[in-house]
Amino acid sequence: MIRYLYADELHRHERLARSMFRDRASQFAERLKWPVKVDLHGEERDQYDLLNPLYVIWERPDGLHGGSMRFLPTTGRTMTGEHFLHLTDGVHIQSPLIWECTRFCLSDEAGPRIAAALMQAGSELMRGHGIEHFLGVFDAPMERVYRAIGASPDVLGSAGRGRARTSVGLWAYTPEAKAKLIARSGISQELMRLWYVRSFGRAESAKSAVA
Amino acid sequence: MIAILEALEQASDLAELQALSERMRDYFGVDHLVYHWVSGTGEQYGCGTYDPAWVARYLEKDYLRIDPVVQSCYQRFHPVDWKQLNWSGKPVRDFQRDAMDHGVGNQGFTVPVRGPSGQFAIFTVSHSCDDCTWHAFIENNRRELILAAHYFNQKALEFEPDRAPDAAMHLSPREVDAMTFLAMGYSRAQVADTLSISEHTLRVYIESARHKLGAANTTHAVARSLQQGLIIV
Repeated sequence: MIRYLYADELHRHERLARSMFRDRASQFAERLKWPVKVDLHGEERDQYDLLNPLYVIWERPDGLHGGSMRFLPTTGRTMTGEHFLHLTDGVHIQSPLIWECTRFCLSDEAGPRIAAALMQAGSELMRGHGIEHFLGVFDAPMERVYRAIGASPDVLGSAGRGRARTSVGLWAYTPEAKAKLIARSGISQELMRLWYVRSFGRAESAKSAVA
Repeated sequence: MIAILEALEQASDLAELQALSERMRDYFGVDHLVYHWVSGTGEQYGCGTYDPAWVARYLEKDYLRIDPVVQSCYQRFHPVDWKQLNWSGKPVRDFQRDAMDHGVGNQGFTVPVRGPSGQFAIFTVSHSCDDCTWHAFIENNRRELILAAHYFNQKALEFEPDRAPDAAMHLSPREVDAMTFLAMGYSRAQVADTLSISEHTLRVYIESARHKLGAANTTHAVARSLQQGLIIV
């Protein structure tokens, strides 16, 4: 299932959170060889995890992390604004309608269905919070994953070669993209909506939801 | 809205912000509008249209501790409809009744704002109406309410004591190029073509420039860039 959790809520899901940070270490430090910090417990965290970001996490049936991504508003501090300006033509992208998505991570066993479910959860965030674009930092292997699930971003810029290539891209919400993700994840819109409501509460009254 | 933003741009003290919160409330056609911020150094300011008796009561009762709006928006960055919050428990229900008795309204929508270096604010509109009416209002106005929260916040950031004078408005050369070509009457497709970027990317560059300029839309952003001498045509 999908959980939407702010960093200050992670302590209530300790096993899930620890497995997320461990999977991040194995993806970013071991597989991609990014110069990230891994602590004594084998968990990867950076300075942006300290800004109380919002995590979207796929929780497996056994309660462990299957995949995740991390969101921050672009009106505050962001990784793209502080480290990747050379990939956005020097434009410091800032808007309350654009959120930054970083550390998209999949556990070793996770396949394209989970990647699609995460992106579908992202589109649910856009719909629910009035966000028009996500600005993301990702690597070459993730680029292939996005292509495979029909959710390729618009790439603003890239640096590096082969697996080490890092890019900044944009995702917009479109009904077509969402339909593709639903087909790929096998998760109905209703179920995704239920998970969203479980985290953020229900705004629609019963009447208007039907209308 | 553009007239309000022009006045907001000129505002230089809290009294003017107060007057603008009243104008913006009338623009949205709601009972109340409140903007409250905590600066990077921990100082608090506010403006808005709540009955002063309610503000005094809120402070006296120390409602900050139990107010579900504050509790759920602090450290968050997604906007909330008050119906999404947890209003259960006797102290919270008593607080809600007290708020309604003071004319706050049974409906509300709050936008938390997270600025640079620890600055934080919340922007709220509240109203008395049924759920369907409110839901329709939010669906139609969500985008503009989110932008309004940030217009106020950009002004508030100017009031920060140790703010660098030119920190707020800095357009990168690419944003300047995009604004310049738009001012010259190029279509979006022509601008994207000239800059060798996709229209999608151009949209985001324009949106980012619009935000930095505190403008209501693209045309307004172009006008502001010209006024402030950021671009020359």
